[in-house]
Formats: sequence, structure tokens, C-alpha cells
Amino acid sequence: MQKQRIMEIWVGVFVAAGFAALFGLAMQVSNIPAFQTADGYQVHMRFDNIGGLRVRAPVTMAGVRVGRVSDIRLDHDSFEAVVTVTIEQRFDRIPEDSDARIYTSGLLGEQYVAINPGGGVEWYLSDGDELFQTQGALVLERLIGRFLTSMGED
Amino acid sequence: MMGLFAGLGRRTIDSFGRLGRGTMFLLRALAGMPGLLLRPGLVMQQLYAIGVLSLLIIMVSGTFVGMVLALQGYNTLVTFGAEQSLGVLVALSLLRELGPVVTALLFGGRAGSALTAEIGLMKTTEQLSSMEMMAVDPMRRIIAPRLLAGFLAMPLLAAIFSFLGIMGAHVVSTAALGVDDGAFWSQMQAAVDFREDVMNGVIKSLVFGFVASWIAVYEGYDAVPTSEGVSRATTRTVVHTSLAVLGLDFVLTAVMFG
Repeated sequence: MQKQRIMEIWVGVFVAAGFAALFGLAMQVSNIPAFQTADGYQVHMRFDNIGGLRVRAPVTMAGVRVGRVSDIRLDHDSFEAVVTVTIEQRFDRIPEDSDARIYTSGLLGEQYVAINPGGGVEWYLSDGDELFQTQGALVLERLIGRFLTSMGED
Repeated sequence: MMGLFAGLGRRTIDSFGRLGRGTMFLLRALAGMPGLLLRPGLVMQQLYAIGVLSLLIIMVSGTFVGMVLALQGYNTLVTFGAEQSLGVLVALSLLRELGPVVTALLFGGRAGSALTAEIGLMKTTEQLSSMEMMAVDPMRRIIAPRLLAGFLAMPLLAAIFSFLGIMGAHVVSTAALGVDDGAFWSQMQAAVDFREDVMNGVIKSLVFGFVASWIAVYEGYDAVPTSEGVSRATTRTVVHTSLAVLGLDFVLTAVMFG
């Protein structure tokens, strides 16, 4: 009976340790803490070129992450990229005349959407709104091309 | 020449026969599973034998694999000045690949071989036949609890392996290599996705646990009832488990991350 009890305790410890490890992986290692973005509102924006932007890329204001890119589609009529971002509910006072740009973090880092606040209006972004002032990603080849043409004009 | 073809044919037929018998065996064992709800003690005993007794080797190897990964990864990353990403490298390799695969290989060597030897010896000493004589179904009494326990224990062992590996890597990289503690965790958290990486690792380890315990109990049950037969069955368990795990890992990786 005593032996049975010790065995039970060990199995209990094993199962608890296993689930604790899984829980630890979820909380400490993965992005679960940032998962509460589900209760956010969605804002659409159109870009002429999104470069290497991916779904789940961060959306920042002044460098602080306020949301994530949740969807990227191509508009079949205008051939623009329609990027849908989910912004966390607590950032609900972003002016409607803000503009969005795609930047690159670091020299070769991942691309993200930066929202620069406008300030002229009292209207704030809400679910389903669209940001009209956007600037797409800087593509290196295009930049070099522009540089070369400006060189040629001299 | 004809002998060569005959040998090839015999081997092919043999292996198909084994596959068929293995599948029938699995179905019969699965049919015995519902009865386990009435006797959870049987599963618990096997969880002890399979899970708890494998705990030490899993914990030690997990920690060391993580520490080695950190050391090796650091040497490569530091040339690009990207040693801050060490946490990402370690976490992704452990969660996606090394955790499930190495755990399954160790599981096959530690628990699988023991299962095969145990069941094979039961067969050799005719314990299985005498159970049938007493109208006790060995499928339900012996095989089903071991299969279920292996299936349950594997993901837990793999999670412990990965977790301790990351902890070991953390100790090595912050204490010995001088990687910043905050950057280690924050870069890791930014790069590791719960569903994509952690859950896919768990799914992998569930599949491996199922296959490894299936092979182990089947080889034992199918062993030639002699001491030589049991020894060969044990060897086959380890070899087949390793091959099956590595092969399935390729397929699963291609499906999940391809």
C-alpha cells in the first residue's frame, strides 16, 4: 500500500511537472502574453508597395507596439495592397488623420507599420476605419534607380 | 539468381505481413482502451514505469542539449553581431525539432526497449497465454494501458525537455557568454508563436509517442518466444522507433512548416 502511494505521488509530480513545463513554454517563451490583441479594433490602410511586410508584423506608435498586422490582401481594381491591422482596444484615441508608413527595424530587420499621429481633428479611429495617408516600403532597387537618374541629370 | 529474387520476395511479403499484423494488433489494443476507464490504476502504474523513470535522462539530456546549442549558436551568431538572437535560435530549434525528436529517440531507447523486453518475456514465459486461460484479455490488461501511458507521457516529457533546454541555454548565455538577459527573453517572445511553434511541437511529440509505444508493445507481443527472440525484438524496437521517428519528423515538418 505504501509503495502504491509513493508511485501515485511520483506520477502526480511527473504530470504536474509536464504541464508546468508546457505552461512555462507558453507564458515565458512564446508570445502568449501579447495574445490579448484579439479584443482590438481593425483599421484598413492601402499601400502602393508593402515590401516584405508579413501578417503578425508589429504596428507601432512612437516605437511602442499598439497592435499587429492581421491581414494583407491585394485590391484587384487598384492593384494596391490592403493591409488590415488590429489595434489594441486600450489605444482608442488615435486621430483619424494619422498617417501610416512601413519601416524596417534595423538594417536588415523585419518590417513594421508605424503610425504617426495627426492632430488636427477630434475624430478617433474606430473599427473598420481606413487610414488614407500612407507611405509604402522603401524598396532598395527603386531607391538606387532614383539615385542613378538624379546623378545622370547633373 | 533465382535465390536472390526469392529472398527479396520473401522479405517483402514478410514486412507486409508484419505491417498488417501490427495494424490489426493496434486496432485490437485500441478496442481495449475504453475498458481502461474502469481501471485507471493500470495506466498509472505504466505512467510511473514509462514517464517517471524516464524523467531523469530526459531532464539531464534536455539541459545539456540546450547548453550546447547556446554555446554553438553563440559562436556562429557572434560573427554577425547577432548574439542577442541566441534565445530565438535555441527556443525555435528546441520547440520545433530537438525537443520532440530527441525525446522520442531517448524514449525509444529508455522506455520502448523496456516495454518490449517486458512483454516479450511475458510471452516467452507464457504469462500471456495463462492470462487468456483465466479469461483475462492481455490486450486490455497488458497492452492497452502501456500504449495509452506512452501516448500520454511523451508530450509531457518533450515539454520538460524543451523547457529545461531553454533554461540551460539561458544560464549559459547570460552567465558565461554575456548575452543580455532582457534581449534573450524579449527576442525569443517576439519570434516564438504559441500555435505555430509550441503547439506544433506538442502535436509532433503526440505522434511520436503514439508511434514509439505502438512499435514497442507490438515488437514485444510479436517476439519469437525464446531468449534470442526477445533480444532481437528489443533491438528492433530501438532501430524501428528511431527510423520511424526521424522519417515521420521529416513528413510532419514538411506539412507544418513547409
